[in-house]
Amino acid sequence: MTTDDVVLADRHRAGTATTPTRGTPRGTPATWARRGGLTALVFGLPILLVFGIFSWWPIISAVVMSFQKTNMTDAAVWVGWDNFAAIFTDPLLPKVIRNTAWFALLALVFGYPVPLVGAVLMSELRRRKGLYSVLAYLPVVVPPVVAVLLWKFFYDPRPQGVFNTILGWVGLGPYSWLNDQAMAMPSLVLEATWAAAGGTVIIYLAALLTVPPELYDAAEVDGASVWRKVWHVTMPHLRGVLLITLILQIIGTAQVFLEPFLFTNGGPNHATLTVMLWVYQLAFTSIGNHFGEATALSLLLAVFLAVLSLAYFHLTRSWSES
Amino acid sequence: MTTTDTGTKLQRTKIAVIDPVAAPRPPRRRRNDEPVDRGALSTADWHRPTVKHTWRTMHFLLLVLLVVWCLGPLLLLGKFAFTPTQDIQSAPLAFFPNGATWHNIDMAWNRYHIGHFFMNTVWVALGSWFVQILVATTGGFVLSVLRPRWAKVLNWAVLTTLFVPAVVLLVPLYKIVVDPPVGESLVNNFFAVWLPAGASAFNVVLVARFFAGLPREIFEAARMDGAGPFRLFWNIVLPMSKPIIGVVSVFAVIASWKDFLWPFLVLKDQSVMPLSVYLQSMANVDKGTLMAALAISTLIPIVMFLVFQRMFLSGAGLGGAVKG
Repeated sequence: MTTDDVVLADRHRAGTATTPTRGTPRGTPATWARRGGLTALVFGLPILLVFGIFSWWPIISAVVMSFQKTNMTDAAVWVGWDNFAAIFTDPLLPKVIRNTAWFALLALVFGYPVPLVGAVLMSELRRRKGLYSVLAYLPVVVPPVVAVLLWKFFYDPRPQGVFNTILGWVGLGPYSWLNDQAMAMPSLVLEATWAAAGGTVIIYLAALLTVPPELYDAAEVDGASVWRKVWHVTMPHLRGVLLITLILQIIGTAQVFLEPFLFTNGGPNHATLTVMLWVYQLAFTSIGNHFGEATALSLLLAVFLAVLSLAYFHLTRSWSES
Repeated sequence: MTTTDTGTKLQRTKIAVIDPVAAPRPPRRRRNDEPVDRGALSTADWHRPTVKHTWRTMHFLLLVLLVVWCLGPLLLLGKFAFTPTQDIQSAPLAFFPNGATWHNIDMAWNRYHIGHFFMNTVWVALGSWFVQILVATTGGFVLSVLRPRWAKVLNWAVLTTLFVPAVVLLVPLYKIVVDPPVGESLVNNFFAVWLPAGASAFNVVLVARFFAGLPREIFEAARMDGAGPFRLFWNIVLPMSKPIIGVVSVFAVIASWKDFLWPFLVLKDQSVMPLSVYLQSMANVDKGTLMAALAISTLIPIVMFLVFQRMFLSGAGLGGAVKG
């Protein structure tokens, strides 16, 4: 076994790899293989194949498909900007955008501050932190379909429904929850928050562990009160994580599908029809086989999210670095 | 020594906020008068009555809230599984007004064959896990250890996909699965879920970063001892990477357990349909049976979580920041 068989990249880069001495030209396939090129290709095969077929090609194909009319069986027809035009002139578009933005906004209002407060409180626990974490994380491990179907039952609009019974104890309701155009979306968000908040709590808790205790010691020497320590030491330390979870939550909620699909299927009267659900309906339901329009719509959402994230990172760069 | 080294390296990267598996707790200096990891409250603070009472009360309220809000719905689900449908419909919050029953469980298990769909989910999860680990470890090995000339391009191409939201892939991916480059349509074939699962840039980045942090002297020594790249991968790199492989495994299993839309589109036949897709089709059956089915489907993930809670929670702390 010669050293040529094993080519370690640092040797390669440093140029110390055994260079061909017997006049072999540098670039022949034989030298390439002997220097480990073939081995690298063998190891690279899974990633190249899987990413090539199931990631890179579909991304390119998405762009192509958005300019085509296709039903997946016959040959696709090039239709130019027709798919985009169809989306932009569809009377549903403004409603869908408003619904998605409303979902994202409500999810921020419900789901952003509560985990933060919870995590800060939990990080001060001296005992039984594990119990709190397990309880908070429990809903996250419940399969999402289970959570939605269970909550759908909780939202039973009859007076005997779970939530209507509970609210009845304090003299409220009964509400029609998912059947009400105004209440449907907040109901969806409430369940989504239940299912996701635990994950956010755990992220914040992990970040809180990295606050150097010396900072608190120093603050105490300066006579800072408990609240001042939380506000001036803990919070600034979480800023980076908070900024990242904010944009990730927006990106995630902009693509919400499961809740509107299973709770209301976009109803009542399109009050919960979101972008992703519309993409699904355009492509895969009876109104559908509008694969081109569905792809065009999904591309529009992706471009919007990309621009939003770029703008966000540009705006917040100065705050997060400090 | 080596694991802490790589652990701290990982923490410095932007994506990995903290790597609790490799380094369970960031090293911190302890003072003699601070017996435990401290937060904003010092031991002295805890001895002050006002502080103590305020925080004790807040912690207690938080516990009550967590029990009612997080555990409550699940306890209720557990109760429903053993309550006659009549009672579930008329008085959902009453405590077994007409006694408990095994009927729901019996129906869900024997008539609706929850066990069968459960096994399908297990297959989906196992296959996705295997493909993800295979792609991430071999890919990471190429990117961080072998580093051929095209590794830079590959790295860039993989990173780019991190910024493409999943919504874009839905239709074109479906097209590829219906009409793959080689062979028959993959619809109703587990491979339709297994293979796309492998194209996770997040896994590749995590593993490649970890591999890059492994001490190269060891590779060098192995090479001196005559180990080829395959032995290097199998006998040295993989055994040293157990922590990161554990994290990726937890992610992989959770993700495939939760996945709905994609299996819903491509695993339509009852012989391959996973549990989540089947439950959705059960939405209109008898409430008692449905609740029992929901309870059974929740039991295993919850038991797994309680058994492996450390791994789950540390994995969530690490990866949560990149779940988008």
